[in-house]
Amino acid sequence: MTAMATTTPAPTVDRISPAADAARRVAQTVTDPELPMLSLADLGVLRDVWVDDGRVVVVITPTYTGCPAMDTMRDDLVYTLRAAGYHDVEVRTTLHPPWSTDWISAEGKRKLAEYGIAPPGPAPSAVTGPVPLVLTPTVRRVDCPVCGSADTVELSRFSATACKALRRCRTCQEPFEHVKEI
Amino acid sequence: MGFDNAYEAITEGTDDARWAFGTGFEDPLAGIDTTLPDGVDAAELATYCLGLGDDALIMSHRLQQWCTNLPELEEEVAIANIALDLLGQARLLLSRAAATSPGPGEDHLAFFRAEHEFRNVRLTEVENGDFGELIARLLVFSTWRLALFARLTEAADPVLVAIAAKGVKELTYHRDYAAQWAVRLGGGTAYSRERLAAGLDAVWPYVGELFVSGDAGGVAVDPATVREEFDGVLTQVLKAATIPVPEVPARPGVGGRYGRDGVHTEAMGYVLAELQSVARAHPDGVW
Ligand SMILES: [Zn+2]
Repeated sequence: MTAMATTTPAPTVDRISPAADAARRVAQTVTDPELPMLSLADLGVLRDVWVDDGRVVVVITPTYTGCPAMDTMRDDLVYTLRAAGYHDVEVRTTLHPPWSTDWISAEGKRKLAEYGIAPPGPAPSAVTGPVPLVLTPTVRRVDCPVCGSADTVELSRFSATACKALRRCRTCQEPFEHVKEI
Repeated sequence: MGFDNAYEAITEGTDDARWAFGTGFEDPLAGIDTTLPDGVDAAELATYCLGLGDDALIMSHRLQQWCTNLPELEEEVAIANIALDLLGQARLLLSRAAATSPGPGEDHLAFFRAEHEFRNVRLTEVENGDFGELIARLLVFSTWRLALFARLTEAADPVLVAIAAKGVKELTYHRDYAAQWAVRLGGGTAYSRERLAAGLDAVWPYVGELFVSGDAGGVAVDPATVREEFDGVLTQVLKAATIPVPEVPARPGVGGRYGRDGVHTEAMGYVLAELQSVARAHPDGVW
């Protein structure tokens, strides 16, 4: 699915056998180091898993280019797969197409909200040509994950990790994080 | 099997496990096909990526120096995030430059090059000023870089295209942040207006060189082609901020040579001393 920037798979690549399925299921259990309630699969970071002549190849994509968790994700994937008996594991990175919050699964969004983090709405559609300038704070409806109120405001577009914005609820007064749409 | 921790699992069988700088700091392009497409000149692509990578590295360093010095916690977090995005862009671009030509890798490019080998524009390296200067510099830098990156998504090299496509999403946030602060400072008190105007005057001498075509213009987007979009955005922001466009002469280069040619200001040596001293003192450092 992300063939463009990854090495073209050899003809021995196997994505469909029970063995490939089993390896994929193990990779899908690995969680995000910064959002531990989400698996890398829920987050849309896990892009592909295949088996090639006994080697398990896992393809991941960074959320943001500076994401410091990429190395940890790689290590966690290798560790988890090795612990499950897969000794020959290769983790590849793909940059294209760029990660979008639209790739977070419905289950992932539900888990975020349950954890107190407002999930993203639909990502802005990609523009071609000059990117339009926005001079006023973006007004979008984000429901408070604590009390459910729609009366919330953005405090800062940046928060404790690159992928989140900081908001406050005007009903219950609680501050909360919001995975911002990209 | 049976490793006690992830570190042990990945270092088994290798004897050069190093963290931070050194070979153990993973290649951010690991597993990406870095084969050059036909018709792309390797040396030109390397030069082009080095320029954009050095811009991000040095700008990120200047932003990192703001940490613990910003007026509010929200601004601390915002500037740290922007610095982190740019550091990520720097790693990818320096890795791309390194993969393009035989020579030292990403870490070596960052930590062991001399001042005249850095290709960043001078705007990124000059001494930090006050908050008004920070916003002015970030506005100019991110407006220029976003215009460039948006056009790079049609470049010939697929790796550069992928890096640019990710960068566009990040830079859009950076530019909006700086532009919205510029409007707030311009429309605020007499003092906040004065500080923003002074900040713009301080960075304006370095604007002209952003659009100099340079040696590697043929391999991807020629920066001269984004001048019009840059002027349009800046005019729009400064109009909303009710601040006139600065009329300050450009700071000349040396014999027509600027940051992209390795000719820097006196501030650059201090940036590199801070950035490189630990790696240079412990070239085989392991931690
Ligand atoms: Zn609430």
